[in-house]
Amino acid sequence: MKTVKEYPAIWLQCAACTGCSVSLLNTANPSIKNLLIDEVLPGKHINLRFHPTVMAGAGEPVIEVMEGTSKEKKGGYILIVEGAIPTAKGGIHGVVSERNGKPVTMLSRVEELAKDAIAVVALGSCAAFGGIPAAYPNPTQCLGVGDVLRARGIGTPLVNIPGCPPHPDWFVGTVASILLSGLPKPEDLDEYRRPKAFYGQTIHENCPRRAYYDENKFAKKFGEPGCNYELGCRGPVTHADCPLRLWNSGVNWCVGCGATCIGCTEPEFFDISPIYEKLSTASLPEEV
Amino acid sequence: MGKIVIDPVTRIEGHLKVEAVIDDGEVKEAKSSGMLFRGLELIMKGRDPRDAQRITQRICGVCPTSHSIAAALSLDSAFGIADRIPDNGRIIRNLILGAAHIADHILHFYHLAALDYVDVARIAEYEGNDPALDSLKSFVKRGELGPFVPRYEGDYRLADKVNQQAVAHYVQAFDMRRKGQELVSLFGGKMPHNMGILPGGVASVPTVDNITSFLWRLKELQQFIDNVYLPDILAIARAYPDYLEIGGGCGRLLAYGSYELDGKEADLTKRNRYFKPGITSTDLSFGEFKPGKIAEEVRHSWYADSISGKHPSQGDTILDEEKEGAYSWIKSPRYDGMAFEVGPLARIMVNYAGGHPEVTRLFDSALSQLGVKPAAMFSVTGRNLARALETKLIADSMIDWVLELKPGDPAYISHKLPEEAVGMGLVGAARGALGHWIEIRENRIANYQVVTPSSWNISPEDDKGQPGPLEQAITGTKIRDEANPFEIVRIVRSFDPCLACAVHLVSPKGNSIGKYSIC
Repeated sequence: MKTVKEYPAIWLQCAACTGCSVSLLNTANPSIKNLLIDEVLPGKHINLRFHPTVMAGAGEPVIEVMEGTSKEKKGGYILIVEGAIPTAKGGIHGVVSERNGKPVTMLSRVEELAKDAIAVVALGSCAAFGGIPAAYPNPTQCLGVGDVLRARGIGTPLVNIPGCPPHPDWFVGTVASILLSGLPKPEDLDEYRRPKAFYGQTIHENCPRRAYYDENKFAKKFGEPGCNYELGCRGPVTHADCPLRLWNSGVNWCVGCGATCIGCTEPEFFDISPIYEKLSTASLPEEV
Repeated sequence: MGKIVIDPVTRIEGHLKVEAVIDDGEVKEAKSSGMLFRGLELIMKGRDPRDAQRITQRICGVCPTSHSIAAALSLDSAFGIADRIPDNGRIIRNLILGAAHIADHILHFYHLAALDYVDVARIAEYEGNDPALDSLKSFVKRGELGPFVPRYEGDYRLADKVNQQAVAHYVQAFDMRRKGQELVSLFGGKMPHNMGILPGGVASVPTVDNITSFLWRLKELQQFIDNVYLPDILAIARAYPDYLEIGGGCGRLLAYGSYELDGKEADLTKRNRYFKPGITSTDLSFGEFKPGKIAEEVRHSWYADSISGKHPSQGDTILDEEKEGAYSWIKSPRYDGMAFEVGPLARIMVNYAGGHPEVTRLFDSALSQLGVKPAAMFSVTGRNLARALETKLIADSMIDWVLELKPGDPAYISHKLPEEAVGMGLVGAARGALGHWIEIRENRIANYQVVTPSSWNISPEDDKGQPGPLEQAITGTKIRDEANPFEIVRIVRSFDPCLACAVHLVSPKGNSIGKYSIC
């Protein structure tokens, strides 16, 4: 029997809605079955040891696996974080199980697991930038993973894969790229540590309704033909390849169904109100 | 006396802890606690009312469509356009909600619940040529079994052949639930967090090609539901007959009604819906549902007692983090002062009690196949069966609905933002009765209250000391093997709890947010 290299991974859910996990379940090629069970690349298997929504076990035994992996596989496992990290009052608003009868905060879990991981993937806008729970007034003082690592002086390499949720291809592509050619080089990531392969261009640059914009033909209400710019579309200031990649196995995307882009891959999401009014020209990049 | 603590409870949405006090092999007392607080309701305050449409979906990535419908309904009513949603908009909303329910229920049965009944590890002994099972066999033989071990060991009862088939269906169901989400995306743009639903209707317009594509994708799911999902649930019901007897819960059921068949009636409680609103109980009598009878109690939650017993539209939330006897962030919604279970079981039983013809026909047929009486529905298997039955009813109805769409007609109407208004949105979410209440002042959200299905089901004890439905369902259960408490996790998962929903949305006033303590 040929040898298969195992890549242990721990998926930690923090202040999240599980939408990032559900989005990953939607991965088409490879399928989620390919990802969990098969060699995702020849001779390489992602050994997802801990994922709260998927795994068979519950309670103490699975916590032992999570904690055990960080010890046994020190420097050899990938940590995937979904959700923001509550930090108010030491992080007491988010707890993942207990130790010696005391609650262990998500904040402590991230610190413990990130420091010995080979890399950390902050999946979704909440993990990357704080996202939804960090929106004003940020009741639980949620932070993205990067801010927590910086504050604690943890230097483990970090990749941000924002989106609400992120497209499954963005995650799968990033992980495949790590398995094939190692950790991303600085030039592979943008200023927000997003892989340029997926976030290198704005929605606006590739939007099929772009021609309407260039000809000043704007939809005045939903369901009309025309560019949705005046309905509040944030395509001009949002970086992602949605118009080219499309969502849910290529079925559709936000602007494709007649809606606007609400800028879910950007750090300011969701402090973007008003989302139904034309972007102020001050926020438009020059090339637009 | 011993205590079983399961923390975290997995294969649910979110962060849940369950504690059960055991005496002589039987649960004497059970407590369920939410482990995460985000405060989304506070985030909503002061924003443009239309933002509620986008933010409330993000309460939960498993059931975002239900929140988007509830938000749209509450905004429609606040904007004074609830009786003017174009038929295309009304129907597309139904299709988006229905597609999400199909995907969600398949996910629940195969990926969240089934691993408590189906033995994946036994595939090591598989001899055959099914490629999916072969690849699973080599996976098992490689020996790195994450995420399928550790698990509870022992009580896997399916015969080899049935077990193999169930494992193959576990794999197939991954594709099916993905296709269900693709169905949402056809009109909703993307999933999770669809972009199609808006106050005023939907952004998408029906075209001949997306109607046809929807129809044929739906037909594939319909075949899976009829030929795989329903037979599998019956097979598991037969192999685990004792689960038709345990996990009964509070015995009172509440449904808000869902799937709008009429767009001209502004009053949600009078609107003609496919699943009717109502209440019922173990005596199968049908009672009318009155939204005014909902109140939230907080005696055992970390909130001040002074706010207890208020209707959600008057809802207020003041934290009392040091409160003696409190053990959950979840409030206790009660109807007429009593604990009520919500969810697919409630929808099916309320409509059965109310004489809904299609529900009655399917229900009677399923029960005669199992050779049990309606009382058996108040159980772990009853909940799982009701979920499967409603999946079929929804899928069958959607075939008719999608063909009612009229390309060329509008799916959206414009509206003005009111300076002052209130609104209510009630919907049958995948996990049960979901309500949104909005109050708008000076064109902004002044107050937004959400009462979710899992708040009803996973709630702690109320002011009278009456435990929540899940707690009642666990209490009294005999645990065969305390090291492998299958009974507890099977009961918990039969409710399909969603903790992100249940502990969502308190809007603390004034002082700081409470200290978290473990009971």
